[in-house]
Amino acid sequence: MGSKTIRSSHRKIGAMLLALTLVFAAEGCKKKVPPPPPPPTPVEPVKPPPKPAAPKISEFEAEPSTVERGQPSTLRWAVTGQATEITIAPGLGTVSATGNRQVFPSSTTQYTLTAKGPGGADSRSVTVTVTQPAPPPPPPEPTPRRTISQILAEDVKDVYFDYDKSEIREDARAQLARNADVFKQLFQEYPNAALVLEGHCDERGSAEYNLGLGDRRATAVREFLIQLGVPTDKLKPVSYGKERPQCTESNESCWQMNRRVHFSAGS
Amino acid sequence: MRWRFAAGLSTVSIAAILAGQTSVLIEVGKAGEKGAIAVPDFRGSGAAQQFMGTFNQVLWSDIEQSGLFRMVAKSMYPLNVPQRPEEIRAAAPAPAGRRGQPSAPPVGGLALRDWSGPPVNANYLAIGYTGVQNNQLVLFAWLLNAGQPDLANAQIFGKIYLGSLDEAGARKVAHDFGCDILKQFGAECLAGTKIYFVSDRTGTKEIWSMDYDGSNQKPFTKYRTITTMPAVSPEGSKIAFTSFLRGQPEIVIHSLETGRRLLFVNQRASMNAQPSFTPDGQHVVFSSTAAGGYAQIYIASANGSGLRRLTTARAIDVEPKVNPKTGRDIVFVSGRSGPQQIYRMNIDGADIGRLTTGEGEAANPSWHPGGQLIAFAWTRGFEPGNFNIFVMDVATRQVVQLTHGAGRNENPSWAPDGRHIVFSSKRGRATQIYTMLADGSQVKQLTTQGNNIMPVWSR
Repeated sequence: MGSKTIRSSHRKIGAMLLALTLVFAAEGCKKKVPPPPPPPTPVEPVKPPPKPAAPKISEFEAEPSTVERGQPSTLRWAVTGQATEITIAPGLGTVSATGNRQVFPSSTTQYTLTAKGPGGADSRSVTVTVTQPAPPPPPPEPTPRRTISQILAEDVKDVYFDYDKSEIREDARAQLARNADVFKQLFQEYPNAALVLEGHCDERGSAEYNLGLGDRRATAVREFLIQLGVPTDKLKPVSYGKERPQCTESNESCWQMNRRVHFSAGS
Repeated sequence: MRWRFAAGLSTVSIAAILAGQTSVLIEVGKAGEKGAIAVPDFRGSGAAQQFMGTFNQVLWSDIEQSGLFRMVAKSMYPLNVPQRPEEIRAAAPAPAGRRGQPSAPPVGGLALRDWSGPPVNANYLAIGYTGVQNNQLVLFAWLLNAGQPDLANAQIFGKIYLGSLDEAGARKVAHDFGCDILKQFGAECLAGTKIYFVSDRTGTKEIWSMDYDGSNQKPFTKYRTITTMPAVSPEGSKIAFTSFLRGQPEIVIHSLETGRRLLFVNQRASMNAQPSFTPDGQHVVFSSTAAGGYAQIYIASANGSGLRRLTTARAIDVEPKVNPKTGRDIVFVSGRSGPQQIYRMNIDGADIGRLTTGEGEAANPSWHPGGQLIAFAWTRGFEPGNFNIFVMDVATRQVVQLTHGAGRNENPSWAPDGRHIVFSSKRGRATQIYTMLADGSQVKQLTTQGNNIMPVWSR
């Protein structure tokens, strides 16, 4: 564009010179034209005083530029030139011309270093990318909680009786003491649980009498467990008499298996 | 009415004949003194014939089970069987049998003498036939005294019976005719009476009912839990039993008229069980742990209110039964002296005394309708659990043993006629229900499916 302008102005000047020449030719043929004054000597330009050097950021970086949340990143910077104020935002405020600072951004943050001086200003930004740390591993699976029925099946044993008797035998006392510990633990684990004390009999007495005998056995066990500190309201005696034998042969070993109190989960 | 007394069959009375091993408390008729009866097969005309198998079986069974007669085997009968009195001819002259030779079986049968003479030797002859009228089964039937020389004196009664034209109708007219025969001899008819019992044939113990001869078995309850130990009120309007409906044994009462459950408020107790009724059906006695501790005997209104405790023993008291005649005394089972025995007390709980000797184990007392005898189960003389049926005169404590080790025999219950007993017996793998005469004879099995126990004979 500049050269075009120049060319057109030459053309104008040429036209003007031709016109002047024609005028002088027409009038001045009689008179002598004075020479043009010499061109003024170009003025030597006054050198301005040297400006102070503008501050210049030569270095601003974050190392590492990507961190997990809670991990540090180091900002490192260096400013040359004359600076009156050097700040890093956000958070760090005024800083010296060179330095490094650890930052703990909680999320991805752009840090801007600004250096201002009489000679100008400079700024540069770095971004520290924050990644979320991987979630902690889930706590190890607790050992699965056993059901009441499982506890009763695994840790509790029936207690046995003599024929036509509801007295707690010596072997039954020891077993009931062990059972009582299990029950107390069970009621801590399952505060709403209740137990059924099933009284059973062998086949020999009459069904009607055995209903009373089974009840007596269940009640005797209940009283014994209460003495051992098992909560009263948790123990429900039920007599099945000889309605539900676990063994149906007609011999003493089978009869003994049926003369028992069995513990089952109540409602 | 001369035939009636001449036969010597009026044996319903309680005769406490207490002479050693052969003693009987209920004389049901000694075999040698029983009249012999011939009951030939009846035939039916037309559509009636298809039901005559049932008819003949029921009629025979009713008469046989009464224990009143000696049944003359059908193989002994003459070839010709009269179906109507009109067919009976005057006696032909006695066949001239050779001297010293037994007379040949009569080929006749149309003369009374053919029945009263050897080899039939029947005192009585039942004849008749059926037909169809207006789409009903009609039975024409007669009972004859075969010993009489002529028909005019021989006919004891003749009657027409109507029933529906099906198996049930055949059964009904047979029962009706059988009943009329038995009534002629002073016996109470059991056709129409029911036996309630416990059966596990559906998988759980439920209350069932059947006719006295074992027919028509059907469930009464469908509670699908243990439902057991039934008792029927003496007047026959209510049934009470023990059920585990809410987990613990409790008392349930139903109306036998509507079948519906009646209100009975159970005590708060681990056990309310074995209810039975006072004679008027207005009160129940039962075994309960309402006071804690041992099961004891209580009495309450039929709805459970007005509870009173009758026994106070540190022992198991169960199975109370109120005397159906007097309503004033109770027999029950207690372990207060050791192994379970039978005791008696007043209706207010006073004057308790043991009835059985203390030997073995005794259970299941059941009052005779007359209120003087009980039937019960006892292991006396056998290992524990091997029960037999006994009858005891409560006043004298004399006993008669009715079963003798064939199976495990329990829960006797008297028929309304006071001459029959229904009981359970385990004679194979399963327990079944049997009836017998009160002298231990005429044992008949009524059930076959599953286990069937605790029969109660009701009106």
